[in-house]
Amino acid sequence: MAVASMAVDAATEILMPSSEDEAIAAFGDGADVVVVGGGTIVVPDMTYRRLRPSKALMLGRAGLSGITKDGSRVTIGATTPVQELTEMAAPIGPCASNVADLEIRSQGTVGGNLCAGEGSEAPRGDLQGAFLAVGATARSAAGGDVTEEPLEDFLAKRGERLLLSVSFDEPAAGAFAGLDRPHTHDYTALAVSGARATDGTLRLAATGAGSWGARLLSAEAAAGDPAAAGEAALQDVSPRDDALASAWYRTKVLPVLVRRVLTELKESA
Amino acid sequence: MNLTVNGVAREIDGSALAPLLDVLRDELGITGPKAGCHQGGCGSCTVLVDGEPRRSCLVPAGYAEGTQITTVEGMGPPEDLSPVQQAFVHYYAAQCGFCTSGMLLAAQAYIDRGGTDDPEAIQHALAGHVCRCTGYSKIIDAIAAAARGDSFDLTTTAVGKHTTMSNGGAA
Repeated sequence: MAVASMAVDAATEILMPSSEDEAIAAFGDGADVVVVGGGTIVVPDMTYRRLRPSKALMLGRAGLSGITKDGSRVTIGATTPVQELTEMAAPIGPCASNVADLEIRSQGTVGGNLCAGEGSEAPRGDLQGAFLAVGATARSAAGGDVTEEPLEDFLAKRGERLLLSVSFDEPAAGAFAGLDRPHTHDYTALAVSGARATDGTLRLAATGAGSWGARLLSAEAAAGDPAAAGEAALQDVSPRDDALASAWYRTKVLPVLVRRVLTELKESA
Repeated sequence: MNLTVNGVAREIDGSALAPLLDVLRDELGITGPKAGCHQGGCGSCTVLVDGEPRRSCLVPAGYAEGTQITTVEGMGPPEDLSPVQQAFVHYYAAQCGFCTSGMLLAAQAYIDRGGTDDPEAIQHALAGHVCRCTGYSKIIDAIAAAARGDSFDLTTTAVGKHTTMSNGGAA
């Protein structure tokens, strides 16, 4: 006998906009809205009943996918599959290649990954560090108002706004160093991204060193000495124990990853 | 919603947010895709969506509307197996069989996009597909042979007649 999926409550209201304007209107002020990009996070959370959305905004048909380039300015639509970033220069390309496996990367979206906070077992926003390192801006909507702001400011709002796209200027140089993953299913236990902008600004950021990606400002200030910068990075984050790694292990590895990224950036100078 | 599965248009009642896997198995009775972990970690539910491999447990059914979905049932009937299926038979690449349909579809997609018999490339393409019988080397041998376009005499697969060495294995 045909049986309806148990994953979704019959009462769940489904919104599937077919344009950006419709998506902004459907999101409204975001109250009670669960945003679905590719579904790779939301769908299993529903299957295991960790998430019972009363209203789900499915973005897959809203025309928010695609990468455009205007000079050195790159803009990535929120529902662009992570897989489409894998050939980009460091830190974004290698960081994206380190997300899940081919099938999940091709389904999961850049916006979904960037907006994913801490999960039940570990931090999830693998790409946050790489996009913070290139000084990305986030274009987002809430209450019908569309704003572009630094990604850090957007992430600090923890999902109150609907991400539409991220943009950044291609850096002069970039580097990425992360822990290998025991299984492709695992989120990033710890990774460091670095980039030097064309104006010389150096940015460093970590994924997995806390519940959300974080800039490593103390390490940036000490960047002239990679070993010292590595130790300084510990002042910028508070690593935690979780299913992927212990806080102790992350504390030992973070300085190493920072040093590797800075050394690679120096060599490319 | 309307889904096209193995070339047949099917009408379904479920939510657009329901996992495609649940719709295929529970609503349409298509049980080739297996519900292993139901959270994207094992690959046993992989199907092709417009020729691209996808974990059907992660894909909202609404996103599959208007696409061509292929499950293992669409690959080739037992009396006329596809080359990849023949390779799996020939190389004993299935033990308990639970991971096999996902492996076959991911392998088919890999070959369709021009994949070679390079074992590392095959491992990369099928990363995330778990075989709990741990029969990986034979699976990789089979996919490599299918990628090369080897032809298979399925009468030579009896126990004792087959070794991977005699079939151009990397040794």
